[in-house]
Amino acid sequence: MSYIKRFDGRKFNEARKMTAEVGVIPNADGSAKFSFGDTIAIAAVYGPKTLHPQHMQNPQTGILRCTYDMLSFSVSERKKPGINRRSQEIGKIIEWALSPTLDLEEFPNTVVDVHVMIIQANASTRCAGINAASMALAQAGVPMKDLVSSISIGKLDKQLVVDVSKEEEDYKEGEGATDMAMSFLSNSDTLVALQLDGKIQPNTLKEAIKLGKEATKEIHALQVKALKDFMEKKQ
Amino acid sequence: MAYEQRQNYEREEPQSQDMGSDIDHDKKRSIAIPGEIIKTGKEYLPGDGTRREGDDIVASRFGLQDEYNRFIRVIPLSGVYIPRRGNLVIGKVLDITFNGWIIDVGGPYSAFLMINEYPKYIESDDLDSYIAIGDLVLCKILRTKRKGLDLTMKSRGLGKIDDGMIVQINSNKVPRVIGKEGSMINLIKDATKCDITVGQNGIIWIKGASVSEELKAKEIISFVVERSYVSGLTEEVKKYVAEMNK
Repeated sequence: MSYIKRFDGRKFNEARKMTAEVGVIPNADGSAKFSFGDTIAIAAVYGPKTLHPQHMQNPQTGILRCTYDMLSFSVSERKKPGINRRSQEIGKIIEWALSPTLDLEEFPNTVVDVHVMIIQANASTRCAGINAASMALAQAGVPMKDLVSSISIGKLDKQLVVDVSKEEEDYKEGEGATDMAMSFLSNSDTLVALQLDGKIQPNTLKEAIKLGKEATKEIHALQVKALKDFMEKKQ
Repeated sequence: MAYEQRQNYEREEPQSQDMGSDIDHDKKRSIAIPGEIIKTGKEYLPGDGTRREGDDIVASRFGLQDEYNRFIRVIPLSGVYIPRRGNLVIGKVLDITFNGWIIDVGGPYSAFLMINEYPKYIESDDLDSYIAIGDLVLCKILRTKRKGLDLTMKSRGLGKIDDGMIVQINSNKVPRVIGKEGSMINLIKDATKCDITVGQNGIIWIKGASVSEELKAKEIISFVVERSYVSGLTEEVKKYVAEMNK
């Protein structure tokens, strides 16, 4: 039987309930929280600041350094704290998704540190992390071309769905589950990062990207709203 | 440092402390989001925090939009301190080298105060008897280099800080604390009888006759910082000061 109705009753092109908030960590230069349903990510940005060790410095531009981690209580089976292969990889992915939008040439030899923490996980954590990090970078006053908005598109058997939940990620029937995390610059419609886990046909991939582009419009609007709310709250 | 000298310094200061304080508090501005088109048209010119894309002026920073003589710019209200030449800053001595002091003024780079930028001649093996590690100094940014800053102490009122109180705020809120043409800072000075020097890097030096007056100034400053987005803030601060004096 193919996937004709979503487990949580959403429409195929409907994301889970999203929330966004800016300025959640007063100590950081910039911070934000983003959630897709039960998946909650927080991001903190520090910098630009002088980079140590010195051999990592780039005299032509500042660099971006991202760390990602899931807190031990973010999943029902306790996650051992600290970096592991998976978190290192996702940190790198977040770095790649965010770096095209940043303009750090004004700050040679510096680093902008982005820390993404998942406080509750239910799939699509890296997308929530990228969305939060993008808002946090904006709040930190880092020069950037655009906000980055990210969404996961899944293919469950033959059906494309927006914003995959954990339950859907583990779908086994038919062709099984394929998970794609994609990030866009919404104002210029540019795809900045795409990850694919599973199998997909070339024409379906095109369709999935189109679906992702549509879905990130909504995320972008939410990010803009969160940033404006943050500023207006103070005005 | 003679008290009188500092007074003179305060008086001549407005030109440089005024930097960025040409912000009109009473005008409500729209918010700029990175990537957002602020204005369209060839007649506009991109200023700080913006760039041109075809006919559009696009924001590249998060802040408030501002238009001044065809120039469009974004005024940031958060983020780290970006040093500019001529800024008055307060920093902490991190290290002493053979020809000067390394000073932390916040922001992306550390600053350097060379021995010959000290107001008088010093033997290079005698540096720490003038300014030691951990001391706070009031300096002016002489030049910004690609990989750091050079400071100078050769100006009236500059020097080591050895009394008073230090308050740290976000550097983007400095223009609000100073106010239009120094209106806010003069208000606080008059209300508390304290001598206040605001570093553009967000470090404020309060020097009063007694600790209670200094604490009062500190309290007013944090009141200003918390409400830095309110329009007509000077009036509110006046009320707050009157309340305090009751």
